[in-house]
Parts: sequence; structure tokens; C-alpha cells
Amino acid sequence: MSAFASQLRTEVALASRQGEQLLVSLGIPLLVLVFFSLVDVFEVAKVDQAVDYVAPATLALAVMSTAMVSLGIGTGFERQYGVLKRLGASPLGTPRLVGAKTALVVLTEVLQFAVLITVAVLIGWRPPSTGWLPALVAAALGTLAFAGIGLLLAGTLPGLGTLAAANGLYLVLLLTGGMIVPLDKLPSAIATVAELLPAAALVEAMTGSLIAGRTVGTQAWVVLLVWAVAAPAAAIRWFRWE
Amino acid sequence: MGDPAVAISVDELVISYGDTRAVQGVSFTAARGELTVLLGPNGAGKTSTVEHLEGYRPATSGSARVLGLDPIRDHRTLRSQVGIMLQSGGIPTAIRPRELLRQYAGFFPDPLDVDELLDRTRLTDRARTPFRRLSGGEQQRLSLALALIGRPKVLLLDEPTAGMDLDGREAVRTVLADLRAEGACILLTTHDLDEAERTADHLVVIRDGRVVADGTLAELTRRDGNDAFTFRCDDRLDVDALGTELGATVVRTGPGAFRVDSAPTPDTIAAVATHLAARGLQLDDLRTGAARLEDVFRDLTSDATVTPTTSGDTP
Repeated sequence: MSAFASQLRTEVALASRQGEQLLVSLGIPLLVLVFFSLVDVFEVAKVDQAVDYVAPATLALAVMSTAMVSLGIGTGFERQYGVLKRLGASPLGTPRLVGAKTALVVLTEVLQFAVLITVAVLIGWRPPSTGWLPALVAAALGTLAFAGIGLLLAGTLPGLGTLAAANGLYLVLLLTGGMIVPLDKLPSAIATVAELLPAAALVEAMTGSLIAGRTVGTQAWVVLLVWAVAAPAAAIRWFRWE
Repeated sequence: MGDPAVAISVDELVISYGDTRAVQGVSFTAARGELTVLLGPNGAGKTSTVEHLEGYRPATSGSARVLGLDPIRDHRTLRSQVGIMLQSGGIPTAIRPRELLRQYAGFFPDPLDVDELLDRTRLTDRARTPFRRLSGGEQQRLSLALALIGRPKVLLLDEPTAGMDLDGREAVRTVLADLRAEGACILLTTHDLDEAERTADHLVVIRDGRVVADGTLAELTRRDGNDAFTFRCDDRLDVDALGTELGATVVRTGPGAFRVDSAPTPDTIAAVATHLAARGLQLDDLRTGAARLEDVFRDLTSDATVTPTTSGDTP
């Protein structure tokens, strides 16, 4: 078995053994999807049915939980326990380690998307098929942005610090990212700041792509692109191995 | 490289952390087919030295070679030939021993058989137990197994037997003896004298970042009742002059510590006392009979005998 495959197998085995990771990556997005689709709490304006907005927003939430929270916390503890240090003395090498972690994130997202899209369709979601290509580009950019933030936390804070920061950030971005509460329901000052954060930009790109008759604003693409470049660059710049 | 038997050579190595000099000009060599023990109290600079050889810690000055290569610059080449055991950590808490060994086996071209290695390190019964539920000794043995998986030519083990019970120690000794017989170079650090005395072919004693003794166990402890004795004295003592007068070899074994390779007859001892008296030097701690490493170590590392230096806390 190749070094890459060997590392990926271990990553998958360890990730699947962590119940709380599964809760964050699948349980919460699923709960949000079902609850806010069936209970139209905020009268998500300008869509025929709540699920038309909630489903793409939930896909954005899934990307954020996997790329930022799961990857960040997992890597943070690996760093604290010297796992990264020990791997550094093996012939695995950084490119294959990063490759295996990327593959784990992508595999998880594929699983999340499969489950969430299936459930959304069962609820009655019928997204326009032309929206999938821009939505996948947005998901890829969002993955880069959130993975960069997660790894920046993991590479600079102790394990528990990463745990706290990633979860705190998750909650803040969940509430200000338009994932549950649409941005126009927020106080305008908060909404203005939120629009510059990657969560709201990703939600705008996903909903803009996957709601019939909508388009994605240029600002959302620019914000997403900037985060997708800047966050990984910052992680590379400041990540410390031990 | 000069001597092909030399697998590790360290030359005037200095490692500083900010203002603290953890390693202050350490030099020694370690040979293939030998177990070299880096012995010293906590904070002596053992881990910093080993971490340089592992490729983690850059040198402030001086140099080291592992298999003729620079441990930092040639890290990529060395990492497939060097097996390491960190002092602590390095293993995910949820992983199981067999799973971990399979993972690392995948990184090397010709790894050892995982099940055989579990057997050798007495972990077969625990092969499916998560790392966090293993005892301290079992965790250490797994960490050792991980160092061995890639059939390394050089093994760097930082405090491998710390926290191990007697059975575990015995298992580790057997494994290391086999590897040594196969020609591997083993360098291990310890502050445990008993461990050093039992396992070492070659001892390098360090203190405050400096080598204070280097030799075989026999060389360091030679104070046999029939042909040698030791004493302490001011370092101004001229060993050659005393040796010529006695017609025997006199060696400085450490700061303020000397050995005379001659039977401790009353005449010889009187000659030593006379020689020192004539130079105004104090004769102290005269001992005959075989020394234990413990005595030698205490002599070498006690504060009274060495100019005090700042003993930095090494990470």
C-alpha cells in the first residue's frame, strides 16, 4: 500500500471513530435542514418554499463544519500530541500528509452532500440543474477558505484552544452567515461586516446558484476568492509543527 | 567519512534557545553494531542533542553527521533510514497498536512484519486496544515498535524505558540486543544509571550541555582493587608528572577526578600523597576497590567538582 493510501486509511479510520465529529459534520446540518425547511421561522422571503433557501445554505454549513471545525480540531490535537512531529520524522512527507487530509475533507463533504441533497429532495427541493457547476466552484473555494482558517487555528493555538476557537467561530459564522437567519434579517451594521466574512459569501454563492431565477453577486465571489487565497496562505505562513 | 564503523558523529555541537545554551560544544561518536548511551541528569542537553540528530533542532554552531549526512539538510534521505522514539507523545490517542504499525509500515519500502513486531514487543494481546487505554509501559513499547518498523540503520531513542515495568525493560533490552547484533547503531538517552550500566557498550556522560566522560563501562568504572585506585584533587594536578613519578598511567576521568592504573599499595599511595603535598594540593576521596557507575556518575555530575554553569531548562 502506498504511503498516501496508508495515511488516508488511518485518517478515515480515526475520523469515523469520533462520534462528536460526526455530529458536527452531519447531525447539525441535517437538523438545520429538516427543522428550518419544515418550520418557516423567519419567512425566508422571496422563495416559494423554505427548503429552496435552507438546502443550499445547509450545504454551505456542511462545508464550514468539515473544513474548519473537523479539520482544525483534529489537526490541532495531532499537533499538541506530537503526532505531526512524529510523522515529520517518517518518510511520509508534508505533501502526502496534506494530500491525505485534503482527501479526507473531500470524502466527508461528498458524504455530507449526498445525505443532505437526498433529504432536501425528499422534502421537495428542486434546484435548477444549471446551478450545480457554480455551486461546486463555490464549495471548493469555501473549502479552501475554511480549511485555511481551521489550520491557522490548529497551527498556532494549543489543542483545547483550537477546539474552543473553532467551535466559537462556527457558532458566530452560523448565526451571521445567513445559514439559518438570512442576512437581511440582521441589524444592518452586523450584516455589512458579515458580508465580508467567508460564511455569508459562501451562502450567497450557494443560494445564488441553486435558487431558480437568482444570480450570485460579484462581491460574494470576490470575498470568497480572497478568503480562499488569504486563509491558506496565512496558515502556511504561521503554522508551527510543534 | 573516515571510519566506516562510525554511524553518528557529533562535533562541537552547540544548540541555543534564546539566551540559554542547552548544548555547549558536545562531541562524540556512535558506532554501528553498538549501543551508545547518552547519560546525564535532567536538563543536561540530551534531548536537544538527539533532536538535532533527528532533524528537528537546528544547530547554533558545530555539526553532526548521521550515516555521513547532515541531519537537517539531508533529512529527506535520512528519514527512511533512521528510526526514532520521542520522549513522549507522537501517537494519536484513539489509534490501535496494529493500526498504527500498519500505517507506518505503508511509509517504508521494506517494513517488518506487523504481527511479528507486535509479538516481539509483547503487544499482541493489546493489538486492538486504543492507545489511551494502554499502560505507560505498553505505550512506550508501541513507540519503540514504531521506531523499528522501517528496519532502520540508526535508532535514536529518547528515554525509551522511562515509566516501564521490569518486564517491559527486559523486552526492550532483548529487542535492542537483537538489533545491535544485526549491525544497527543505537543511541539512547537515559538518566537511569541501572539501565545504562546494563545495556551500554559505550557511554557518553553529559552535564550542563558538555561531555564530562566518554568510554566503555569498563573504562569509566575501572577502579579495580588490584590494579587501580581513584582520588579527587584540584584540576591543576599534572597527570603526566605524577605518572612518571609513579611509573604508572594516571588519567583524569572527570573534573577533579583522577585514576591511577596501579595497585593501591601503601607505598604507591604514600608516593601520591607526597607528590601532592609537595605541590600544595589537597588529596581527597581516595578510593580503592571496584566502582559502580553510580559512583562515577555522582563524581562526574556533582556540583562541587565543576565550575558552576547556567543549567538551562531544556524543552
